[in-house]
Amino acid sequence: MKIAVASGKGGTGKTMVSTSLAASLSGQTSLSFLDCDVEAPNAHLFLKPNFTVEEPVEVPIPEIDPELCTRCGRCVEVCQYNALAKIGDQMLVFSQLCHSCGSCTLACPEHAIHEVGKPIGLLRQGKTSHGIDFLHGELSIGEPMPTPVIREVKKATPPGSPLTIIDCPPGASCSVVTAIHDADYVILVTEPTPFGWHDLNQMLGVLKQTGTPAGIVVNQDGIGDRTIEKQLADLPLPILMRIPFREEIAANLARGDLLTEILPEYEAAFQMLYRQILEQTQRSAA
Amino acid sequence: MTAQIKAPKQLVILSGKGGTGKTSVCAALVDLSAQSTHRAVFADADVDAANLALVTAAEPLESHDFSGSQVAKVDPQECWSCGRCADVCRFNAIQPPAGERTTYEVDALVCEGCAACVYACPFEAIEMQTQQDGEWFHSTTPYGHQFHAELFPAAENSGKLVTLVKQHAKLYAEDHQLPLIIVDGPPGIGCPVISAASGASLALLVTEPGLSGVHDLERISATLQHFNIPALVAINKADLYPEGAEAIRERAAAFGYPVIGEIPFDLAIPQAMTAAQPITQWAPESPAAQAIRQIWEVIQEQAFGETHDD
Repeated sequence: MKIAVASGKGGTGKTMVSTSLAASLSGQTSLSFLDCDVEAPNAHLFLKPNFTVEEPVEVPIPEIDPELCTRCGRCVEVCQYNALAKIGDQMLVFSQLCHSCGSCTLACPEHAIHEVGKPIGLLRQGKTSHGIDFLHGELSIGEPMPTPVIREVKKATPPGSPLTIIDCPPGASCSVVTAIHDADYVILVTEPTPFGWHDLNQMLGVLKQTGTPAGIVVNQDGIGDRTIEKQLADLPLPILMRIPFREEIAANLARGDLLTEILPEYEAAFQMLYRQILEQTQRSAA
Repeated sequence: MTAQIKAPKQLVILSGKGGTGKTSVCAALVDLSAQSTHRAVFADADVDAANLALVTAAEPLESHDFSGSQVAKVDPQECWSCGRCADVCRFNAIQPPAGERTTYEVDALVCEGCAACVYACPFEAIEMQTQQDGEWFHSTTPYGHQFHAELFPAAENSGKLVTLVKQHAKLYAEDHQLPLIIVDGPPGIGCPVISAASGASLALLVTEPGLSGVHDLERISATLQHFNIPALVAINKADLYPEGAEAIRERAAAFGYPVIGEIPFDLAIPQAMTAAQPITQWAPESPAAQAIRQIWEVIQEQAFGETHDD
């Protein structure tokens, strides 16, 4: 079972929900936690894993052997990302534009291209005091492409993990699509404001295409307006949980506490939420 | 006095962490610029969660399709199911025959648009198709002109769309001799952030106290230093966790970025959002609005090297 936690809008409480859900279920099942918000990974600040593995995430980038290259320009022709150029007698590779697809390597008639690994981020793994297998990716400063790092985090999930919880990046484009790809269920965390509602709808548009079952957690319940409360209630998705706005929650979260540490009654609430998800996925499978 | 117009200055609002209040602050700055001699054009560069138009009451004058990406499509009439396409695809975007379907098929959501399969197919059964990825708009608002976009859900190329929106904002500023472009940036530090920050004269980092806010402030600060962009820091909800605000001041000082304002936690901010107005319009005397007015004064001094003739 893979549960992804996404939102559209940033700062709605994805990390709060995913980390507290993981902590609440850690006594019942062994589980893996993947922080796939590789541009701004924060879940480790709450689950506090003891990282024991750190390895670079590398992407293959073409390197052209000037001895073998005949400057035919076939590689430049096939590259869809303008990552290769022929200037006079010089072949240039722009590594930040390269998507590591391998088309140039395959197309080169002289076999003059081979690929070398270029580090673009880090993958870290460790265990938390709850016994959770924790993984996160971190995109390096100045690197544009988060998706290869997200794919590596997902690939590194311990095999046979009965439950995987994925903390997703904000937005509704390629990086979220990569993070929720092959998830069995998506929890959408929103806030009852016009911004939260607009961006939630972007995510609903993504889920329409992936067909993944989903439910909603309303965070900062009470800060917004009635119209949006009603629109949320009218969606054909279950509202799994409502978390009220309280200054003490905000202040303690800022300090790095889990919601279940601030208000212990949430542990049972998150266990209930998980049961709801299991029932909903069984129903949609049937 | 009319300032002599050179190239317009670009102010980009960023945060690293999402949801720290970039758009609420941006909307207030847009309103304040409209009341000042530094009139601005503004661009919403958070194209996959574009919210600025919700508070500026933007009325589109023009809308345009945006096509940035391509995906591969297998013609089932021509496919001999040899599987060469799936062999070369590094993104696992090509599904083998299954059930009723006897040919290979591309999963458009996973396809990276590289065309490796097109070149590999011995039967020329695959072609690239251009996708419409979104729309972009030129709008009027009570505060000036706005350029913004909506990337379609699950679409790619947000960096390209950000660049396009900013280019049009810049052309408009040049044509109309406006001294300032205010860019509402996306969260994170990757491709759309780099596109949003490119060419900026100044960044305003809106952060919030707390471990996540500080962690992400460091990452966005390092990114801006990497691209040599000067930055100012504003702490939102500064009073919710005073020790956290102190940690932000320390980190900002380490990067040499001045903290130019602290916005207190103020329920007037979500209320203004619900009322679809900048906080400086909806509750001009609220503590948050007053704090943002001070921030705007410092931004003008920094960007134009002069004090505001109020």
